[in-house]
Amino acid sequence: MFGEPVKRVEDDRLLRGQGAYLDDLGHDALAAAFVRSPHAHARITGIDVSAAVDVPGLIAIYTYEDLTGRVAEPLPMLIPHPALTAPRTGFPLAADEVNYAGEPVVMVVAEDRYLAEDAAQAIVVDYEQLPAVVGIDAARAARHLVHPDVPGNIAAELVQSHGDAHAAISAAPHTLELDLSIERSASTPLEGRGVLARWDTESGRLRIWTSTQTSTGVRAAVAAKLELDLAGVDVITPDVGGGFGVKIVHPWPEEVLVPWAARLLGRPVKYTEDRAEHFVASAHERGQRHLVRVGFDDEGRVLGLDVRFWHDNGAYIPYGLIVPIITSTQLLGPYKPGAYRVEFTSLYTNTVIVTPYRGAGRPQGAFVMERTMDAIAASLRLDRTVVRERNFITPEEMPYDHGLIFQDGRPLVYDSGDYPAALAMLKALIEWDSFPARQAEARAQGRRLGIGLACYVEGTGVGPYEGAHVVVETSGKVKVATGLTSQGQGHQTVFAQIVADELGVPLGDVAVTTGDTRAFGYAVGTFASRAAVMSGSAVALAARATREKALRIAAAALEAAPADLEIVDGAVRVKGDPASAIGLGTVAVLANPLRYAFDEAARAATQFAAGSSDPQAPPVPAGESPGLEGREFFSPVRSTFASGMHAAIVETDPDTAEIKILRYCVVHDCGTLINPRIVAGQIHGGVAQGIGGALYERLAYDEAGQLRNASFMDFLMPYVSEMPQEIEIDHLQTPSPLNPLGIKGAGEAGVIPGAALFASAISDAEGFAITAMPISPSDLFELRQRDQPAQDTDSR
Amino acid sequence: MAEPALKDTDMKDSGLFDIVLVVNGTSYALAVPARRLLSDCLRHDLRLTGTHVGCEHGVCGACTVLIDGVAVRSCLMLAVSADNSSITTVEGLAGRDGKLSPVQQAFADCHGLQCGFCTPGFLTTITAALAEDPDPTPEQAREIIGGNLCRCTGYQNIVQAVLRAAELITQTR
Repeated sequence: MFGEPVKRVEDDRLLRGQGAYLDDLGHDALAAAFVRSPHAHARITGIDVSAAVDVPGLIAIYTYEDLTGRVAEPLPMLIPHPALTAPRTGFPLAADEVNYAGEPVVMVVAEDRYLAEDAAQAIVVDYEQLPAVVGIDAARAARHLVHPDVPGNIAAELVQSHGDAHAAISAAPHTLELDLSIERSASTPLEGRGVLARWDTESGRLRIWTSTQTSTGVRAAVAAKLELDLAGVDVITPDVGGGFGVKIVHPWPEEVLVPWAARLLGRPVKYTEDRAEHFVASAHERGQRHLVRVGFDDEGRVLGLDVRFWHDNGAYIPYGLIVPIITSTQLLGPYKPGAYRVEFTSLYTNTVIVTPYRGAGRPQGAFVMERTMDAIAASLRLDRTVVRERNFITPEEMPYDHGLIFQDGRPLVYDSGDYPAALAMLKALIEWDSFPARQAEARAQGRRLGIGLACYVEGTGVGPYEGAHVVVETSGKVKVATGLTSQGQGHQTVFAQIVADELGVPLGDVAVTTGDTRAFGYAVGTFASRAAVMSGSAVALAARATREKALRIAAAALEAAPADLEIVDGAVRVKGDPASAIGLGTVAVLANPLRYAFDEAARAATQFAAGSSDPQAPPVPAGESPGLEGREFFSPVRSTFASGMHAAIVETDPDTAEIKILRYCVVHDCGTLINPRIVAGQIHGGVAQGIGGALYERLAYDEAGQLRNASFMDFLMPYVSEMPQEIEIDHLQTPSPLNPLGIKGAGEAGVIPGAALFASAISDAEGFAITAMPISPSDLFELRQRDQPAQDTDSR
Repeated sequence: MAEPALKDTDMKDSGLFDIVLVVNGTSYALAVPARRLLSDCLRHDLRLTGTHVGCEHGVCGACTVLIDGVAVRSCLMLAVSADNSSITTVEGLAGRDGKLSPVQQAFADCHGLQCGFCTPGFLTTITAALAEDPDPTPEQAREIIGGNLCRCTGYQNIVQAVLRAAELITQTR
């Protein structure tokens, strides 16, 4: 099964409309709606709910004043860091100041959502507006402050270096400086956030369903906020309609308030985020500006690299410095930078918070590094692939230590990879060497074609751990549980593939549960392309433990040595002797010595059964436990580094500056493939988001901090019409030495090189350097005017 | 949408309107407020939650249902306007024997879905289009799905699924 393009086991249910997403649950629940700040920065001077109290169906209205205990405290600072000297997080409901348009101020609970919205609309909040800080330039200028006690709007400053970059650049034969920027985008899953909570008054237990990327994270955070025992809180992740990073943030204000209100009211309460809310009340990413200085030799080898960048973290910083730390380390891609120094400043602005979106800081890093490589190539008149090749880390240099600290707090050490091989594959796939002739030919016909490429390395499978439980039921069916959550990646399929192989059972007999703290309580979450690496490895280890136990028990029954047994098609047998086979279901019966027979098969495990256990030994031998099951954890020493390279050919319209993608090629290395069909799907989706981020998607704030395009009419996500006819994929498989399956993460990769790739290809078509992304036809048109005001006439 | 929408005078004292919806072949008599969206009515009154709501402004297509065979965005329509209509939702696409429809089968064959949230809207949209023209070119296949958003798949496998569904339909004729 492992490595085969198995069809997904999730699909049948989802295709029949039998998925169960958050808003499909809790038909009996009360509905919550929120009054949100219309201003980016303001002081709350009064809240008048009098007009709302007569709205039919109203159950409750809560403002900050009503919050109790730890719910009234700021939301947790999830990932503290010594450099994060001015951490600020929001309150579940704004206390006296609002710091972004969309921040929750009042919570309304009513019989249904329509009525809750009616009441919310009748509530009047008075504000004293304060000057809004919007964008990196305004935040740096710090004429106004987001938080009055945070000077310079600076949340954090962090420097990392390896070698003396300033000296290396000064001594280099050639130097270049680049000023590069990238704008905000957002994960934008088709399903927004949502949470449903039931308080069981009789047992004093809380049960939460939430559309999250970490059920164990939500459980711990809500238990802490509501001052409940962890054991008294269950968190269940239902089907999730996409995450792409945004749903790793927890607890959201709503994730605290809905369970809090459910307990207070003794009735189930549900909140389903609507699309307009998702734009202004969840999270964004990507906004950064970089100044680069690079020194290099005559061959284009980088001798020193100095990167200074500013990161817009929005109004609060609950997720810490993860995004800029990833940018600052993963910027290096497959290259040896000589000496390297990177310094970033993370800045508060009066905008929605910034937390990881698929790629998580890497698209910006790849953009910066790849623009730098292209600039070196242009200045030396070298082929862009040649410059890259000369700077690659070679397979012989693996493991490669960059001398920096990665996002997991561990050394940035690449475990494996073969970048020269990948580049050779990519060049062959897109026919790089013959492109100049094609470009010249098109040019002669008045058409502008350009080719670009971009490389990246992605640290995947970050720790600290994941675990898994595998149990064989007496029916022979295998139940698998792992704690991290699924948002459409196909985990139920790939984990079942792993178990089917490890345990020797048919795929159809394996059922996998994810993201349910009742089934598995220890987990971290689904982010950083870690699910396959972490839970996949844990599942494999748990299946192996189960297999060993099955062999031990069957060996006693068959009077054979475990080493002489095999498991074939769900039955243990002496190697090569099908007649000796005992079904795993029977082994499961024998694994659990019984006093009471619950069915015919169970009789074999009861105390008076023929051939039951040795009367001189305990029925459960020392060191064993009842049941045919295994429970194991996987905790690698550090991340494993996947890599890839994309190339594209674009055509830009000489008149309208429309940008068309003629070809899109991918070489992808995520180590050993579990399911190539699913990996290809992940790449397709990532590429689509990369195209969106490069050419269409930007979150357009005005100076007052109003998000001007907070709808699908105005925030342009790609439809099929924006996608190339085909995404051509070649796989390279460089196994990871850091896990039992040799796998690396695949979830985010497709999106990472998007901005870098199109900047490269459009620059090639236009003959001038693109330094800011995304780029629209209007942007490109203006760049043409600036570059060569009279160019219009000669291109016709 | 054969019948005109209800008039104000049809409103009962409760502020509700009596309507009849025939959904996936079953007739439902309902009393709904005038402002109740068809999508909410299907999902929350009839508990047919296979129809999903992704944007509430008619752009993403996740809520698409078939009304008298025509693909309609149920988030842009009031339940009262659908009075007396025959509606097919994703729950009604499979055969009475439980067999997946050709379009559903094609999505399974081609890995045309990941998170599955937008999928019901694609299935209904494609079903309606293939009923009109069961033999689309690849370019037409792209046009058929041109108004539906998917954030997971990059559409490549959905285009393949349209073509595969057309094949399956042709084979069964």
